[in-house]
Amino acid sequence: MYAQMIESEVECEDPQKLKEFQNRIDAGDKIEPQDWMPNGYRKTLIRQIGQHAHSEIVGQLPEGNWITRAPTLERKAILLAKVQDEAGHGLYLYCAAETLGVSRDELTEMLLDERMKYSSIFNYPTLTWADMGAIGWLVDGAAIMNQVPLQRTSYGPYARAMIRICKEESFHQRQGFDIMIKMAKGSAEQKHMAQDALNRFWYPALMMFGPSDTDSVHSVQSMAWKIKMNTNDELRQKFVDQTAPQADLLGLTIPDANLEWDEHKGGYNFTEPDWSEFYAVINGNGPCNVERLAARKKAWEDGQWVRDGLLANAEKHAAKIPVAAE
Amino acid sequence: MAQEPAYFEFLCRMGDNALVLGHRLSEWCGHAPALEEDIALANTGLDLIGEAQLWLGLASDVEDRGRTADDLAMGRDVWDFRNHLLTEQPNGDFGQTMMRQYLFDAWHVCLLDALCDSSQAHTAEIAAKTVKEARYHLTRSRSIVIGLGDGTSESHRRMQTALDRLFPYVGEFFETDSIDRAMTASRIAPDPNSLKDPYLETIRSTFLDATLCVPEQEFYLSGGKTGRQHSEHLGHLLTQMQWLQRAYPEASW
Repeated sequence: MYAQMIESEVECEDPQKLKEFQNRIDAGDKIEPQDWMPNGYRKTLIRQIGQHAHSEIVGQLPEGNWITRAPTLERKAILLAKVQDEAGHGLYLYCAAETLGVSRDELTEMLLDERMKYSSIFNYPTLTWADMGAIGWLVDGAAIMNQVPLQRTSYGPYARAMIRICKEESFHQRQGFDIMIKMAKGSAEQKHMAQDALNRFWYPALMMFGPSDTDSVHSVQSMAWKIKMNTNDELRQKFVDQTAPQADLLGLTIPDANLEWDEHKGGYNFTEPDWSEFYAVINGNGPCNVERLAARKKAWEDGQWVRDGLLANAEKHAAKIPVAAE
Repeated sequence: MAQEPAYFEFLCRMGDNALVLGHRLSEWCGHAPALEEDIALANTGLDLIGEAQLWLGLASDVEDRGRTADDLAMGRDVWDFRNHLLTEQPNGDFGQTMMRQYLFDAWHVCLLDALCDSSQAHTAEIAAKTVKEARYHLTRSRSIVIGLGDGTSESHRRMQTALDRLFPYVGEFFETDSIDRAMTASRIAPDPNSLKDPYLETIRSTFLDATLCVPEQEFYLSGGKTGRQHSEHLGHLLTQMQWLQRAYPEASW
């Protein structure tokens, strides 16, 4: 969904090449895999795209938690298709990262031994069916807010992957909102589930934009390179402004007593999330960090014999194919 | 029509096979050995859940008592399910899942091919739509069974174990009862036993390529498609699948 805690790296590069590179970016050119790029640009992108890919893959788990309990055949099919889309997003993004010279297996190993992170939102539990609605509405909503500008990011393969991903995410958000409407207009228990889901996911959704600009480790460099297109606070404000009226429409209450429209700034005033919770979750101490990583490790380790078996079979067949005469 | 109760039963058999196997595949989502396999398992599961909607939708029309496809899926207990025992078997490891899938797909394609010529137009239409998906499932499961059967010694051992474990459930595909006889008499569906030889020929050729031995036995487990005696596993599957509907029976989702 979203990569956070990106640190750009500025390294010693040929000043002339750097200048030409920056000129290309300023002119709106797309940088392609075979083009020269500064090491810092390459490393920052690998980290950002890799974390984004990992977020898609780990993000399958909280929603996958409800596929077997979906209440109707249609809801089951929609949710399964949605989680399958997330896996597909992971696949495009790993492919985009591979164009920068890192393999999918290397990135996976870095996720599993915790050298790389994924979005902290997926370390929160999904406790009721309404959480499937809240994730689509709020989490995919926040992801779209982050990702739409990345369609214009300077690295070609990443920008192209984001175009496709954004189309699917918009669809997911509508599906999530559809669940929320059904729940919010349903029985007393369903309304309770919907409000409870909003209560639990509101602040984690706000955290998806990363720390406040004043505390962000993101450098000006990422903005200059058009790897990062907007500041965290700009996007968070935009998200609140979009979401508050939707909550009104649903008849649900955003769990923030300070939320109010500010005529002067033309946006809502709202309470910042608890950043100490954000850092605790990022550092491995969220409600589901242990389970999420354990599930990914188990899938990877249990699958080793399968990958080895299919590879061995492919090699046997490759060995049987006669080499054409020169 | 005198055949309606039998036709309804037949449609439940078709729908329940797709539903239960689709549900089993959906359990893999997020846990498969490689990203491509995760996507492919979910895709196959989706096709089967879509197929279940069609068969159970037609079953509810034929029954005409106001029960919807969702009511049939979420409201019946174990004894009213009509899926083969094979489809409700647990996923086990990836090898067992793919072996179960292959044994099912090879039969599913044979049956759907024959149902394309059904005297009942709706059945023929559903078969014509779903057989295209089933052929693709078969291509994939066959290729994985061969790849892992003739892969490493460990993958070979696991695939042989899976085949030995699941082969006893294959016989139920070809059992014929009064429902099947009514379907055959009205040319709605083929005699299940008529699919046996082509099926065995298909799987033997695959297992030869996979370097796997087909167990030589005439012992079969059955009781799923008649509802006489399911395995213990189905109850647990339904406990999850039907939980929300049963906990909040008045709610609309």
